[in-house]
Amino acid sequence: MILLAFILFPLIGAFLAWASAAVHASLPRWVALLVMLAGLILAAGIWIQPEPASIAGADWRYVYHQPWMPRFGISLSLAMDGLSLLMIVLTFFLGALAVLVSWDEIQDRTGFYFFNLLFVLGGIAGVFLVMDLFLFYFFWEVMLIPMYFLIGIWGHGHRLYAALKFFLFTQAGGLLMLLSILGLYFVHGASTGVYTFSYAELLQTPMAQSTGRWLMLGFMAAFLVKLPAFPFHTWLPDAHTEAPTAGSVILAGLLLKTGAYGILRFVLPLFPEASHAFGEWFMLMGAIGILYGGQLAYAQTDFKRLVAYTSVSHMGFVLVGAFAFNELAYQGVVMQMITHGISTGALFMIAGVLYERLHTRELEKMGGLWAALPGLGTITMVFVMASLGLPGLGNFIAEFLILAGSWQAYPWIAVLAAIGLVVATVYSLRIMQKVFFGISLKEFKLKDMSLREAVMLLPLVIVIIWLGLFPQRVIDTAAKGAPSVAFQNKDK
Amino acid sequence: MSTNDLLALLPIILLCGASVIAMLLVAVKRNHRVMHAFTVAAFIVALLALFRQPDTMPYVIAPLFVVDKFALFNTGLILAAGLSVLLLSYNYFEQREERKEEYYILLLLATVGGLVLLSSRHFISLFLGLETMSISLYGLIAYLRTRERSDEAGIKYLLLAALSSAFLLFGMALVYAESGTMDFVGIGQYLKGVNEAPVAVVAGFGLMLIGVGFKLGIVPFHMWAPDIYEGAPLPVAAYIATVSKGSMLVLLMRFYRDVNGYDYTILWWVFAIIAMASMFVGNWLALMQRNVKRLLAYSSISHMGYILIAFLAGQEAGQEAVMFYLVAYVITSIGAFGVLALLSDSLNDAEMLEDFSGLFWRQPWLAAIFTAMLLSLAGIPLTAGFIGKFYVVAAGVSSGLWLLLALLVVNSVIGLFYYIRLVAVMFQPLESVPVRKRLPFFGVFALSALMLLLLWLGIYPSVLIAMIRDMMLSMG
Repeated sequence: MILLAFILFPLIGAFLAWASAAVHASLPRWVALLVMLAGLILAAGIWIQPEPASIAGADWRYVYHQPWMPRFGISLSLAMDGLSLLMIVLTFFLGALAVLVSWDEIQDRTGFYFFNLLFVLGGIAGVFLVMDLFLFYFFWEVMLIPMYFLIGIWGHGHRLYAALKFFLFTQAGGLLMLLSILGLYFVHGASTGVYTFSYAELLQTPMAQSTGRWLMLGFMAAFLVKLPAFPFHTWLPDAHTEAPTAGSVILAGLLLKTGAYGILRFVLPLFPEASHAFGEWFMLMGAIGILYGGQLAYAQTDFKRLVAYTSVSHMGFVLVGAFAFNELAYQGVVMQMITHGISTGALFMIAGVLYERLHTRELEKMGGLWAALPGLGTITMVFVMASLGLPGLGNFIAEFLILAGSWQAYPWIAVLAAIGLVVATVYSLRIMQKVFFGISLKEFKLKDMSLREAVMLLPLVIVIIWLGLFPQRVIDTAAKGAPSVAFQNKDK
Repeated sequence: MSTNDLLALLPIILLCGASVIAMLLVAVKRNHRVMHAFTVAAFIVALLALFRQPDTMPYVIAPLFVVDKFALFNTGLILAAGLSVLLLSYNYFEQREERKEEYYILLLLATVGGLVLLSSRHFISLFLGLETMSISLYGLIAYLRTRERSDEAGIKYLLLAALSSAFLLFGMALVYAESGTMDFVGIGQYLKGVNEAPVAVVAGFGLMLIGVGFKLGIVPFHMWAPDIYEGAPLPVAAYIATVSKGSMLVLLMRFYRDVNGYDYTILWWVFAIIAMASMFVGNWLALMQRNVKRLLAYSSISHMGYILIAFLAGQEAGQEAVMFYLVAYVITSIGAFGVLALLSDSLNDAEMLEDFSGLFWRQPWLAAIFTAMLLSLAGIPLTAGFIGKFYVVAAGVSSGLWLLLALLVVNSVIGLFYYIRLVAVMFQPLESVPVRKRLPFFGVFALSALMLLLLWLGIYPSVLIAMIRDMMLSMG
């Protein structure tokens, strides 16, 4: 039941927020914030608790099962292991911050805005919890429409173009995944006589080598687009740049993670053979993404676009690590998913804070802001350092683990990926230089961070440092997840 | 005729009687409100008559009719569709100055034709039903005579429908000449008896396909659709899109099954090519439209293509998928046209993209309904269209139609593009503070009910799925 709460909280909250707008225009904000905080407390409560005995031999902490469409063997089946738990905590943490980010930025149609915001978050929470492939696709799609509205209605200049591009890319990938899900369903049904979408049942599906490979590619189509991996990344810079700040935070911090989560949860365990067969190629794809994204990031003059391309680069590490097939890289991938969510989310928030003051995202029009905004500058410094992988901050741990893990698998790809760290240093430092150092073009008279902005940025700073110094807590939690079990079996 | 015969045909008989009474009502005194109320009542009574049926199913009334669960289910569907169209019609016609009352007589008659098609098992009843429906539709399409495009649409439909009927008749004649029977089941038995179907029969089927294809509006027999959707009164367009196409589809399914159509590879390929062409032509041309009526016309062509994929998948799953998709399609089409009808004023129909600009801020409820309908057409979750598309894909995968499914995916993405574009138009910011138009109660009520149904089927489709399964299993 507690799992259902994570999905229903935001979904019901969404309707409440919309309805509350009729009473007062600022009420939806409070509704949204309360819903997110309630979810966060609930999720954190589970995390702090000592681990309960595992259920049904697997590492599930909680499971929930309820038939939905028996005709197709579809059930409302939810489960939470270490990986899902971490992702749920991240979802509600960033969700609460996203509400705070929108506090002043969104002034018109607040009801419908927070409806969409909460609905996206509900869909994302669903993706992280469901254990039924039909339902997974269902939530996968549920995320899209409200995100489309968030970008399309409250975005910047080219918002309609960006929203449509985002929508079409992800939808095309999603439909291919649907074909694969159905293929798997019928392959499983034909060989065992049981037609079901249940994840646990489908895990042990015997299938011909070529069938498995095709089905795996269908799944990967959706996840690579969402991740996004080169060359399927072109929707991302547009969507991230044009979205309102909260939209960017959710896109970068959570939506991209659903792609990574999909690979870890579904592709690797469902198609072990095909994953090994194609593993090298996906790792290479990831490495190219790291370098290509980094290079493009360096060439950008728009703050948000720059950060968007760093996402392409950082998510390349996820792809490299996921297909390295060892414990070390897997831990790194989970760390990367979390730290990237935190650090990139923070950078987008900073972009939003700057935009509110300067009304521009052009790096060329900024410069010398340190004098005016020392507080914001310090915080930016922390996240720029995180982004370039400075030891002591979360991202370093993540990228180090991935590199160490992938070195064991394919040294050459690890070398390529490691070059990415150099590129990261260059583009990250450029942010600092262009925005906060150098000569200011004009005398800025700007207010430093307000209380609200401090409240939303400081927790991120604390978390990223905590993750850098004490990563063991996260790694221990993530160790109890389906894919890690798969790796262990393979190594023995 | 026994009592049971009459009971089985009760919905048809009731509507026939209602149309006669309606005619007399007009003769006594013209009153739009009375006429509307009477027709609505007739539809509701006919719907209720569905619950009073002979116990033995299927119930054959030789030689023309068969009443089985399949026919009953679809009779319910068509009557409900007709009823929804009726509820949306009142305000639309009330605004216009032409005489309104005959519209209801024609609508009753057209529905009678549709119902006859649903339970016909014989060429004669097929043709009678088809012509009853077509001839009423000529009148309905050209009903608003003073408007420029309605004559054009009416004449176009008259000529093309007459032509296609001629093809159909000739096809039937050829099949009859060879097989010596006009009974669907009889033809099936005859074909089982001969090793290879004679050329005349194959040619006959081909000619019949033209007639059927025309009514379904599938490529290459689709040319009429956009012009007629554009020229016809909006409720009539909704009616053609749902009742006319739906009853023809049901007839096709029955005929195909009775003559064992799935045994013929050549027929399969003909339908496969038609399905592919319908998807691509429909979606591609819909992309170019700035007129929402034409857009919906092209989109309905492509939806027929999707349905044909499920039809081709055959087996249980395929037939179930066709039925589910048809239900979802009927709901969404009436919903979409209904929104257009409610937005139209006495002079112009709301049909250009510009008419919908900022609708969400002017008429939030209507815009929400329209968005739900469009998203359902696009196959987005939480709507019936999603489950329908899922059903079609599932049926296709189970029969291994990978090529057709790959094309369906491509087309879904193309489709998404223009549906979403329309949604985006509705969410555009407004320049000026709008004057809110008062909306008619019945229209909003019907549309709200349709939207709830759409969401209900999207979230909890098990009830409908169980119904369809039960009906399909009972047919054997």
